Amino acid sequence: MDVKQQKLNKEYQIYVQRKMPKSNLLRDCILAFLVGGIICTIGQAVNNLGKSYFNLNTEEASAFTAIVMIFIGALLTGLGVYDDIGKYGGAGSVVPITGFANSIVSPAMEFKKEGYVFGVGSKLFSIAGPVLVYGISASVLVGLIYFFLK
Amino acid sequence: MAKHRLGGQTVKLENPPCILSRATIVGKKEGQGPLGEYFDVVLEDDLWGEKTWEKAECRMYQEAAKMAITRAGKQPQDINYLFGGDLLNQIITANFAARTLGIPFFGLYGACSTLTESMSLGAMLISAGYADLVLCVTSSHFCTAERQYRFPLEMGTQRPPTAQWTVTGAGAFLLSNDMKPPYITHITTGKVIDYGITDTNNMGAAMAPAAAATIKAHFEDTQQGPDAYDLIVTGDLGWFGRELTIDLLKKEGYDISDRFIDCGCEIYSKDQDVHAGGSGCGCSAVVFGAYILRKMEEGVYKRILLLSTGALLSTTSCQQGESIPGIAHAITIDMDRG
Amino acid sequence: MEYLKAFLVGGLICVIGQILIDKTRLTPARILVCFVTAGVILTAIGVYEPIVKFGGAGATVPLPGFGYALAKGAMKGVDEMGALGAFVGGVRAAAGGITAAVVFGYLAAVLFNPRMKR
Repeated sequence: MDVKQQKLNKEYQIYVQRKMPKSNLLRDCILAFLVGGIICTIGQAVNNLGKSYFNLNTEEASAFTAIVMIFIGALLTGLGVYDDIGKYGGAGSVVPITGFANSIVSPAMEFKKEGYVFGVGSKLFSIAGPVLVYGISASVLVGLIYFFLK
Repeated sequence: MAKHRLGGQTVKLENPPCILSRATIVGKKEGQGPLGEYFDVVLEDDLWGEKTWEKAECRMYQEAAKMAITRAGKQPQDINYLFGGDLLNQIITANFAARTLGIPFFGLYGACSTLTESMSLGAMLISAGYADLVLCVTSSHFCTAERQYRFPLEMGTQRPPTAQWTVTGAGAFLLSNDMKPPYITHITTGKVIDYGITDTNNMGAAMAPAAAATIKAHFEDTQQGPDAYDLIVTGDLGWFGRELTIDLLKKEGYDISDRFIDCGCEIYSKDQDVHAGGSGCGCSAVVFGAYILRKMEEGVYKRILLLSTGALLSTTSCQQGESIPGIAHAITIDMDRG
Repeated sequence: MEYLKAFLVGGLICVIGQILIDKTRLTPARILVCFVTAGVILTAIGVYEPIVKFGGAGATVPLPGFGYALAKGAMKGVDEMGALGAFVGGVRAAAGGITAAVVFGYLAAVLFNPRMKR
């Protein structure tokens, strides 16, 4: 690409950036705060339920909470409600573990027509896969560093 | 230079073909929009009783094609060529529909510019005497495009303000050498233009330079300005892309703002939560077919310039960080044969 | 009080995500990957533990909490069985969540069908 064209591109990109309609950051953040906060409060209630009702210890209660929240996220996705929550909640519905469940169910459900192995089976992990890859790898790395420093 | 060429990119058709008949089919959301009453068929359900979204889109394509043929009082075997395409990989909608229609077929991919691409080629074929009847059909479907280009439907994502909504719709146009207005008189074929936009949620900005360049080339080649047209119509630049195009052309010395509409802006109302407007092969097809041609018949517009605009990206190219090339093809539609 | 803390901490973590989405146009998939990895790292350097102590579910329900469980499990594993624990501990601690995601995810995908967006 010649220099003149590059300059033209640069100018256009800056111009587009300047003129582009922007997301309403304040509104988005307030909604994310509320939706994320509510989901975590529900998580706290589930956690407390696990501790008081099922007599679980802290670790068990965490696992219990994760399982229940994932169930809720998967169910709401299946019922077609989670994408509506996501439209308003933004990161407030993506970041909690229910959003992780949404990212697992939605592609799997969408690609069911491509069959149960390459549709549902592999698409379950189209987004969750990278999360597990990076999360688990990082944890192994942390464990090993901890081992050598100890 | 060939006899009927004007300037670098334009052809003046020797025997301007006419748009003999047309048909439009749209989805539910489009039917609820401001142009709802103009469409021939509005689906109650975007799946249309089929098993997959892809099958539904293919059926829309086929039905629109058949409807346009029937309305002209013709049979599929009377049609010399079918030109058309859609947004899906390997243009499966058009290919699968052509399998059923049984008309000699040229499959085209120009992203959302496919409508005027098809009509350009069809019109030239008729004008040159190689065909009597050419059918041009394009379609797009929100659900098939979304899963191919973006996210699964049930994924809870937020769409940025510049994102556009793929139109569920199919439009078919039967071109012939009859003497019945409106006619296609000029064709300006666009070049692929890329100003380095990489944001896939900002197609309007990626396509605006291509639209502006083709409009400018058309004016220069025909030695006419915006005044020669009652209306200049682009396919799916959306609200933001439309603004950019006006600005880009102002820099070139053409002010088209008082006679410039974009199909993507017209098809939905602002309260339908579609952000920057509609997009897709179906967008310009259904708005042009249902609304603009109707207004031309009613005498509101006599001469218009129609451009379908395409963003030539793929999921591979954008994941690899490539910028988004744009293209726009223009055709002049005139109630007079010229 | 416990609920209020969970609400505030959870909400704030999501706000960070929202700022990232609006300002950088990161896709949700990338946000999730970043947040899990950030959770692992923050736990390793001892920053996340106090947040969990304070915020409870507000810190464990968002994705960094998943990273927290992985990292904490890996370190606990090392304490119990040495280097092998680095490989075993993380996933063991997060096993409930991972298995639930696979099983419920599969069931939901099989039972339900996607609908046209409104």
